[in-house]
Amino acid sequence: MITLSNIHKSFNGNKVLRGLNLTIPAGQMFALIGRSGIGKSVLLKHIVGLIKPDRGDIVIDGTNINHLRGKQIETMRRKFGFLFQEGALFDSLTVYDNVAFPLREKTTLAESLIKEKVFTELEHMGLKNDAYKYPAELSGGMRKRAALARAMIMQPSIMLFDEPTTGLDPIIGQSILNYIQLCHRRVGFTGIIVTHDVPRVFSIVQKIAMLHEGTIILNGTYDEIMQQHNPIFEQFMSGTLNGPLSYS
Amino acid sequence: MVIASIRKTGRWAIEYLWRLGTYGIFLVTSLFWLFSTPLKLRRVIEQISFIGVKSTLIVLLTGAFTGMVLSLQAFYALNKFGGESLLGPTVALALIRELGPVVSALMVTGRAGSALASEIGIMRITEQIDAMEIMAVNPYRYIIVPNLVAAVISFPVLGAFFSLIGIWGGYLVGVQILGLSAGTYFGEMSNYLDMQDVRMGIYKSLSFGLIVAWICCYKGYFTSYGAKGVGKATTQAVVISSVLILVWDYFVTSVFI
Repeated sequence: MITLSNIHKSFNGNKVLRGLNLTIPAGQMFALIGRSGIGKSVLLKHIVGLIKPDRGDIVIDGTNINHLRGKQIETMRRKFGFLFQEGALFDSLTVYDNVAFPLREKTTLAESLIKEKVFTELEHMGLKNDAYKYPAELSGGMRKRAALARAMIMQPSIMLFDEPTTGLDPIIGQSILNYIQLCHRRVGFTGIIVTHDVPRVFSIVQKIAMLHEGTIILNGTYDEIMQQHNPIFEQFMSGTLNGPLSYS
Repeated sequence: MVIASIRKTGRWAIEYLWRLGTYGIFLVTSLFWLFSTPLKLRRVIEQISFIGVKSTLIVLLTGAFTGMVLSLQAFYALNKFGGESLLGPTVALALIRELGPVVSALMVTGRAGSALASEIGIMRITEQIDAMEIMAVNPYRYIIVPNLVAAVISFPVLGAFFSLIGIWGGYLVGVQILGLSAGTYFGEMSNYLDMQDVRMGIYKSLSFGLIVAWICCYKGYFTSYGAKGVGKATTQAVVISSVLILVWDYFVTSVFI
């Protein structure tokens, strides 16, 4: 379970998170929505300990990660997988080496076993025939799948997805969501998807939260949220320019 | 008015000291990871290949021409008072003590240091370093330490190559073109050169290796975002490294001389 309590964060005086509270139950798929630049990715980086909050507590499976240092942070991070918006694949390594990277660095497995695991994971992602290509030789969708394979190879118990469908056409975007859903069924991780691709993501998550002006203004299942008729949520969903959300 | 300018100066000084402090912390952290965990040998070898082996050609080329021009200039200067026999030691001393370590370090800074800063900078802005941290892989251990070690190993070797090929270039001009005897050129060298000169060259190269890797890695690691940020970091890395090489060279020379 992930619990965020009273999280505050400012960058150069700009308050991004203002007393944010959120609880994500273990094993659930959770969507975090909100406008561009509102702090969704910042929130993900807080959860994984890449950014420290100015104030507030982040508790992962009973451990407050604000108090962790050195080896403790490393141990905690082994629980996580992270799919970055642009994949963040190491461009000097092939797809195979990218996926093998965490196994080589964090386990003592023999190379033959690593090879077996990597190819199994690549097969899940439909990339078996592209194992020895470099990231620059892959399409956007393939890069996302390769990054997903790398994130999944250590069987994380928590997966964070930063806009997994951004920059992809609707069909490739849907295929990425299907892969995420398959991974969730296979591993059973707690998943947080930061996205703008709202209608499609609703089909693979159990709960949705909306971030607005540094706090969570809505949190619940799709039906619960729809019943609230929140004008901010409704404008965000419809994409109209008139309403409480300004576009300037 | 006066208070405002004092305040402004104070703010600038604090900001400047803070930045200097981050350079220091970066180096100390890198050295901590260098000595507290096993070295990633494969990465070190890759970086020796990148910093050292791939710089060999440019170092040999510049070394040969530096030795040639040095020989040419020194010959005409020595000729004025009949001291041509000192051409060999003059070329060798200048190369081993000074030009070998300094010019080779400047050349490697331009070739490998800039590439290092931009490569690490791109890794930063494309979140590859964040990805590494999330995989519980320490970026200092994986990226910075191998570069520091590789530079400290490569620079003295490249400095030695530079000096050797420079002495050969000096021989080519002094003996083959200007007509000095080979015996005079090389014979006098052994009378004037001693191990202290070689040691000075090695110490300089070692410290230049550390300086270049430290500054270039730092600039890449803490680059600001976007292509402009990486470009700026790369330029600053080369400029600061080059200036520090010359400043540090003066201090090392003044200690050894």
